[in-house]
Amino acid sequence: MTYRNPPTTPRKSATFDDYTLSEIRRAAATGIYDIRGAGAKRKLPHFDDLLFLGASISRYPLEGYRERCDTSVVLGSRHARKPIELKIPITIAGMSFGSLSGPAKEALGRGATLSGTSTTTGDGGMTEEERGHSKQLVYQYLPSRYGMNPRDLRRADAIEVVVGQGAKPGGGGMLLGQKISDRVAEMRTLPKGIDQRSASRHPDWTGPDDLEIKILELREITDWEKPIYVKVGGARPYYDTALAVKAGADVVVVDGMQGGTAATQEVFIENVGQPTLACIRPAVQALQDLGMHRKVQLIVSGGIRNGADVAKALALGVDAVSIGTAALVALGDNDPRWEAEYSALGTTAGAYDDWHEGRDPAGITTQDPELMKRVDPIAAGRRLANYLKVMTLEAQTIARACGKNSLHNLEPEDLVALSIEAAAMAGVPLAGTNWIPGKNGF
Amino acid sequence: MPATTMSKAERDQSHARVFDLSQQSLRELNQALHKLTPGSNETAWEVLNPKGSHSVAVGVDQPVSIDVRGSVGYYCAGMNDGAAITVHGSAGPGVGENMMSGSIVIKGDASQYAGATGRGGLLVIEGNASSRCGISMKGIDIVVHGNIGHMSAFMAQSGNLVVLGDAGDALGDSIYEARLFVRGKVESLGADCIAKEMRPEHIELLQGLLDKAGVTGVKASEFKRYGSARKLYNFNIDNADAY
Repeated sequence: MTYRNPPTTPRKSATFDDYTLSEIRRAAATGIYDIRGAGAKRKLPHFDDLLFLGASISRYPLEGYRERCDTSVVLGSRHARKPIELKIPITIAGMSFGSLSGPAKEALGRGATLSGTSTTTGDGGMTEEERGHSKQLVYQYLPSRYGMNPRDLRRADAIEVVVGQGAKPGGGGMLLGQKISDRVAEMRTLPKGIDQRSASRHPDWTGPDDLEIKILELREITDWEKPIYVKVGGARPYYDTALAVKAGADVVVVDGMQGGTAATQEVFIENVGQPTLACIRPAVQALQDLGMHRKVQLIVSGGIRNGADVAKALALGVDAVSIGTAALVALGDNDPRWEAEYSALGTTAGAYDDWHEGRDPAGITTQDPELMKRVDPIAAGRRLANYLKVMTLEAQTIARACGKNSLHNLEPEDLVALSIEAAAMAGVPLAGTNWIPGKNGF
Repeated sequence: MPATTMSKAERDQSHARVFDLSQQSLRELNQALHKLTPGSNETAWEVLNPKGSHSVAVGVDQPVSIDVRGSVGYYCAGMNDGAAITVHGSAGPGVGENMMSGSIVIKGDASQYAGATGRGGLLVIEGNASSRCGISMKGIDIVVHGNIGHMSAFMAQSGNLVVLGDAGDALGDSIYEARLFVRGKVESLGADCIAKEMRPEHIELLQGLLDKAGVTGVKASEFKRYGSARKLYNFNIDNADAY
């Protein structure tokens, strides 16, 4: 009788998992790294790792639906003659025309205006769809300067000097040629059909001292009316925030690594930068050390999804948050009703991220005239407004439970962390203890 | 001298509105320029004692003439849209950045990033320009009487850069459709930038630019043309060494 080994269960490597293996095969076959949109997909320490304490005896709650909880915020009160006044502390992040379709930009404007907040332009410049439907519009001044125009600068309500982006701090973009329609090519002064490599750095300044003079120029051109934001990718938030303040920013925007992007390398998206949660406390600390907390406002973005995320970010010291990917989902991106078409593209609703290819079945991240028709700007704008209002209500509900009559009265003392990592990053105690890793006990 | 015998330039000069930056603020100057409306009679301006001030005459959007008597700091004439601005001195970094239309003449030298991202108009530098001249240019015409520094016309998208002297290292790196004309020697060409044939249409274009810039005694045929090899327009792994 022949002895046979008992069968064993095949074991796949945790290091060489199915996704990693498929990426190796894809790289070998195509000779190019994966380029995609969206933000980091790996699991990162996030707001889910924090909990609010709520009020019992030691704190006194407010009555839900009865006692007022203020949500308004003023941005740009440091130098600008016309600061931005928002009804809610949730803004729409910069997303470019070119990356997004015209109807999608219009829908963002409509939704934001209905909700009393602002939208932001992007690499492609300002479109009539967006200006016409955004009561408050932030004009991005980007390294590539595609579509940069002083006439549009003056039509804006604020200016955001983009130094970096959470998905790719230090990186430029890559918009593949098939998405470059006549209109996009004209706005960007580039030949139709080429891959558009956007710059990673501003061509006409090289450091914080130059940035200070650059901001002066922008203020002079716009007669010191408009707030100047400086947006940085969440990499060295303490120093970048401090230097942005030194350069004269009215508002600092820190975009964590869950922040989305139109198109960049997967390896970049997943491996460069810090999680949003890890960026907040250092940025707030920089403002506090300079005596500028609440004088220079802080906006944080990157993976904000619901009212709890908003409330947690505010509790950690930010003045407002910004959403990008979530806003696109609210408009209808990655909606399961297009599942058959997502499937035909080799993906599934919820995972579609090849926004740069211009074939978005939802008609949002495309320049295809037929696909664009799928976005009804009025209905999509209404959905975005609903979403923004729900987020705000959720944040208010939590704030009232913590006894706050303003979202901005939330504080780190209202939070505990579920993990040591989150406790260390957020600077709040591990739940059930008074231990903040890296700090002495109370 | 009776006004009727004066040239237009002299007449304008005699009525020039004068701003003395040793007495008045930069804000007052720029505010006054921004208040100009189409058809204004205040067509001639003179700025005294700039003494290296930053952001002199930025964001002007009317077809007026502005003479700046002295040297300026960063971003002079930034985003100019229609004005004819002359700096009777040298200019700091970023002169004429993102110009839309009009003209800027620098009688002296220019520092880094002259004409960066400019989308239209004519920038003339009668002296030398430093590094990154015409970086990321998007339709502007730049004429430099002297030399230009390294990394000039990096990622230049469109427009024309004319250099009567020499060019530094990595000229036209990652260039798109801009045209570069250099009369002297080029230290080195950047990625995807190559020498190209000077065809009759280029001679004609260049001669027109030289004439517009007031260059005399120089023939268009003395220049070499450089532009994009267009090998990096669509990604190919076999070109990876160029990145």
